[in-house]
Amino acid sequence: MTVTATPTTDSQPGYKWVGTRPVRHDGLDKVTGRARYGADLNLPGMLIGAVLRSPHAHARILSIDTSAAQAMEGVKAVVTGADFPMLESGGEGSGEEYYDPRDLCRNVMARDKVLYEGHALAAVAATSRREALAALAAIEVDYDVLPHVLDVSEAMAPDAPILHDDLITEGVDPIPDEPSNVASRYVIDRGDIEKGFAEADVIVEREFVTQPVHQGYIEPHAVVADVGEDGKATVFCSSQGHFMVRSHTAELLGWEPSRVKVIPAEIGGGFGGKTTVYVEPVAARLSQKAGRPVKIVMTRDEVFRATGPTSGSKIRLKVGATRDGRLTAVEGSMAYQAGAFKGSPVSLGCMCAFAPYAIENVLLEGLDVVVNMPKVAAYRAPGAPMASFASETLLDEVAEQLGIDPLELRLRNAAEEGVRSVYGPVYKRIGFKETVEAVRDHPQYSTELGPNQGRGVASGFWFNFGGSSSATVHINEDGSASVLTGSPDIGGSRASMALMAAEELGIDVYDITPIVSDTESVGYTEVTGGSRVTHATGMAVIDACRKVVTDLRARAAKVWDVDVEEVEWVDGRAQHVSGDRAPMTTRDLAAGAAGTGGPITASAAVNARGAGVAFSTQVCDVEVDPETGAVTILRYMTAQDAGRAIHPSYVEGQMQGGVAQGIGWALNEEYIFDTGGTMENPGFLDYRMPVASDLPMIDTVIVEVPNPGHPYGVRGVGEVGIVPPMAAVANAIHDATGLRMSELPMSPVKVLEAIGANGG
Amino acid sequence: MPATLRAVLRGLESALSSPPEEELRVRFAMRYVAPTSIEEAVSVLDGAVAAQVYAGATDFIPQLRMGRPEPGVAVDLKRIDRLTDLRREGNTWVIGAATPSARLAEEDDLVAELPGLVEAAGLIGSDQIQSRASLGGNLCNASPAADSVPAMVVNDGRAVIAGPGGMRTIPVASVVTGPGTTSLASGEFLVELVFDRPPPQTADAYLRFIPRTEMDIAVVGAGARLTLDEAGRCQEVSVALGAVAPTVVMVPAAEDILVGHTLTDDALKRVAAEASAVCNPIDDKRGTKAYRRQVAGVLAVRALKLAADRAARTGS
Amino acid sequence: MSRTHVTCTINGDPAEFLCEEDQTLLDTLRDVVGLMGVKEGCATGDCGACSVILNGRLNCSCLVFAPEAEGATIETVEGMAGPDGLHPLQETFLEGAALQCGICTPGFLVAGKALLDRNPDPTEEEVRYAVAGNLCRCTGYDKIVRSILDAADRMGEAAPAS
Repeated sequence: MTVTATPTTDSQPGYKWVGTRPVRHDGLDKVTGRARYGADLNLPGMLIGAVLRSPHAHARILSIDTSAAQAMEGVKAVVTGADFPMLESGGEGSGEEYYDPRDLCRNVMARDKVLYEGHALAAVAATSRREALAALAAIEVDYDVLPHVLDVSEAMAPDAPILHDDLITEGVDPIPDEPSNVASRYVIDRGDIEKGFAEADVIVEREFVTQPVHQGYIEPHAVVADVGEDGKATVFCSSQGHFMVRSHTAELLGWEPSRVKVIPAEIGGGFGGKTTVYVEPVAARLSQKAGRPVKIVMTRDEVFRATGPTSGSKIRLKVGATRDGRLTAVEGSMAYQAGAFKGSPVSLGCMCAFAPYAIENVLLEGLDVVVNMPKVAAYRAPGAPMASFASETLLDEVAEQLGIDPLELRLRNAAEEGVRSVYGPVYKRIGFKETVEAVRDHPQYSTELGPNQGRGVASGFWFNFGGSSSATVHINEDGSASVLTGSPDIGGSRASMALMAAEELGIDVYDITPIVSDTESVGYTEVTGGSRVTHATGMAVIDACRKVVTDLRARAAKVWDVDVEEVEWVDGRAQHVSGDRAPMTTRDLAAGAAGTGGPITASAAVNARGAGVAFSTQVCDVEVDPETGAVTILRYMTAQDAGRAIHPSYVEGQMQGGVAQGIGWALNEEYIFDTGGTMENPGFLDYRMPVASDLPMIDTVIVEVPNPGHPYGVRGVGEVGIVPPMAAVANAIHDATGLRMSELPMSPVKVLEAIGANGG
Repeated sequence: MPATLRAVLRGLESALSSPPEEELRVRFAMRYVAPTSIEEAVSVLDGAVAAQVYAGATDFIPQLRMGRPEPGVAVDLKRIDRLTDLRREGNTWVIGAATPSARLAEEDDLVAELPGLVEAAGLIGSDQIQSRASLGGNLCNASPAADSVPAMVVNDGRAVIAGPGGMRTIPVASVVTGPGTTSLASGEFLVELVFDRPPPQTADAYLRFIPRTEMDIAVVGAGARLTLDEAGRCQEVSVALGAVAPTVVMVPAAEDILVGHTLTDDALKRVAAEASAVCNPIDDKRGTKAYRRQVAGVLAVRALKLAADRAARTGS
Repeated sequence: MSRTHVTCTINGDPAEFLCEEDQTLLDTLRDVVGLMGVKEGCATGDCGACSVILNGRLNCSCLVFAPEAEGATIETVEGMAGPDGLHPLQETFLEGAALQCGICTPGFLVAGKALLDRNPDPTEEEVRYAVAGNLCRCTGYDKIVRSILDAADRMGEAAPAS
């Protein structure tokens, strides 16, 4: 069952450090327990904060009486929605950065209505957790309970309970007069859909249903906020972007961002779920009122009930293909749960579903539907996995009907350089075909299968993001370098930054100290999300290093009294072109820095635009127990285009982690609600994420088709790995049993039901 | 499992969500006591109104986290030697009510003689939970899904109970009266569990179904024990099912069908049907009625086959 | 309410602390003793991030009342490295990139140590079940399992042949 991970790229032609596997710089702290995560800070005089959450999925708040809580011993501050400014719409951005201040402020603290079970509506700070919880119990809330809705179809029905009286559907013509739960309609309309289906020899169509799933990071949200007598706030917390925490916290408190300093804790997982704020502004307001530091750590139950899962969905898709396996048309509609506020990733789902393929005729509709569950947050390749579950299952069906190998079908339709993507742009150099070929050529694809076993393949696409990042590089007196960035290290990015800096500066990677700096010590940097850090923050590091090298050459020129053009930077040393001067190392130049212009330092900032898109193709072997419906993953292999693997171990880690999450999504993970809209499984016992004994080794093949938009060819690697697994597993189950599973999760109950319905 | 009671706790929660004022008061003053003798424990329980005995606390603490009011006194039974013992006494195995499950698997002779019981105890949660969870806790927690109970029942386990009136012994099968409730009187607690050592050509087995491979509560559990004669025919058969009814249910028809016969496919098919028929399951977040019924039959058969293989081996 | 005095041994050293009687060992180790390497992921025994070795057995410290530690020996991740350097598990986790975010790492290391203490030569399957009580959401477990197997090999090579 053990499949050995394939070592790759350990010696990159032309590179000394890129592609090697040094021990990560923050590793020692993390294997000794020294690393400080969000909950690991206690301050003198610190209070413990706790949040009152709605027991109802949908209710009008008639009154909140906090007087008894205020009067309790040990209680130092109480806040409700009235303690925060009401913000109005006006958010910018899309994808993982999207937010609307109107919604964000109401999500952090409910105003006139609670919109989901777990919605925050008051908070207290007290001298102990015991007192804080007692105070919460003493807050009296009078609710007018309203009918709630969770299912997207029911939410779109004419008589559905309306969540927001002012929500008018965007993207439809004419503009509706009445509010509804459909926040927006997104459409991709290309080519001639009727002509496309007319050309088809085979047409498959199917409906799919998926449930909300949570990011499942092991570290609950945690914050310590300390507002000083000068009114300035220091916030220590784990997040995917401390500049995001600063701007959101300040905005929600009605402050200028400069009034808030955010110190990034180590982050214990995020996967998109920590790209927004929940308790940070609350802790800051409580601290301001109490005049003391306030710590809030969510319980696991709160994490499930109040922070972003990703959408459940209903998807209908139709695909046409010619006899020789050319895809002629795709058509369909996707409705995604947004949670209590607009902003599901449905448009991204529409864009990603068929992005690996060259298809002329496309008509896809995406509906963003608000329902009474927590507002969804980004989750690894937001929107793409559920859409690809549908599209890649249908492609398997097409291949089956045509009698074509499913990888061959993908190769025949594979998008490549110059092809216009389903979602619009023309692809530059991409590595999709290479990922399919890597799976085809891997031993697993030809391993013999036993009884009740099956094999499935699927592919996936993710855009990858670029965006704003900053970096500062200091050369220390001993010639070593400190590299400061504003990107929280969620999975080894310090090591990647150090590798790129070592490559540029020509010094040993262990002579680089990569640092994640606070909001006052480095320039603005967007969240760690969208698979953007190694690409965009990496470019800032490379740029800053190149400035440093230019400076080092100038200083050598000054010492040697030659023109700077005569000085080259080779292997971490300044050399004179003539070769008749003893080269000077960074250590030599740093030691003499006072005489050549003072300390050696440089900063750089980028707004990276050239994030190369990513593709993954995967193969899954399963065994299905026909008597219990249990699905065992026997073997799994994933091939992904990384462009250029900076630290291959952490590239493999991203690939394997994405697959594991996808397998959880495929087989067992789901939000289960009772008839009152209360989540029934808000804990790791019944929200069933994969455990070690559920999985085999996950074999990886890193494909490297360099991204022309990055100096080393880097593409983001964090997200696309989660896109194919659900369809890969479903297709494997089909191969084993003949059953087409169209609902997630494919739990034993559902599989056994399907076997029974099939007369098995 | 850290929270075998969680299956029933949702029901308890509503009863506990508005605790009487006295309970609210005591939740701020839970005391911890660890008596070192049975007599001391009896007197502690006799004096304290709101006392709760516990062994591993793998269910108790999660229940407190979920909002169950704290008792006035938590009585830790693990400092009483007899409650954490594991010994062979004459023709019996005696297992302390608070003996951690991990200990059972370390006792080679016990593993050889009662493999199904050891496996059932070994399925209660992760290695971490195994260090704490006990047969006594698993039983008195009274979850319908408790893994060790069907295995104890098919082995005719007896429960030794201490209380203000002295010691008494009752069948394990009569300890649990419903989800979250037991026949133990106020002030009573479980001391140990006693099992006869099996006669020749006898073996037990326990299997459960969970969606993952670890860390889940049983969706269905099946314990089986049988004695074979020289020809491989069943002489005695016992099958008990967990998680398919408010308490463990026996499958008496298995005895009628199998005694005097070998485990033929046809006979086992009939046993499976009977096992499904005795179930009285619920639909919940872990499974459906239909699923539980069907898989109960599957697991009963698989457990019988496993027990028969073992019994055949012990006879040779 | 008055606090209870507990005397025990933590990572080989005598230790004392004061606790409330309904406090968990996890909360006490973190907030009273200051051992922040013991992590809270769920507080219900379902994730293993708070794993410690208590009297020689692997435990979730969130499922132990603090007063139970009276007289006990407790080992946490902070005690794994010694004067001779890192524990082999810590080394192989670093070299094998077995951590991404690192929040589950202390629990895995302690669980791995508990496994290798009693089974120095585990199979892959034994490793997977031994750490099934420890959730990791980042890695898919592949590199964690390999690193535990590698540490077993390394310790086996270092141990005198018997």
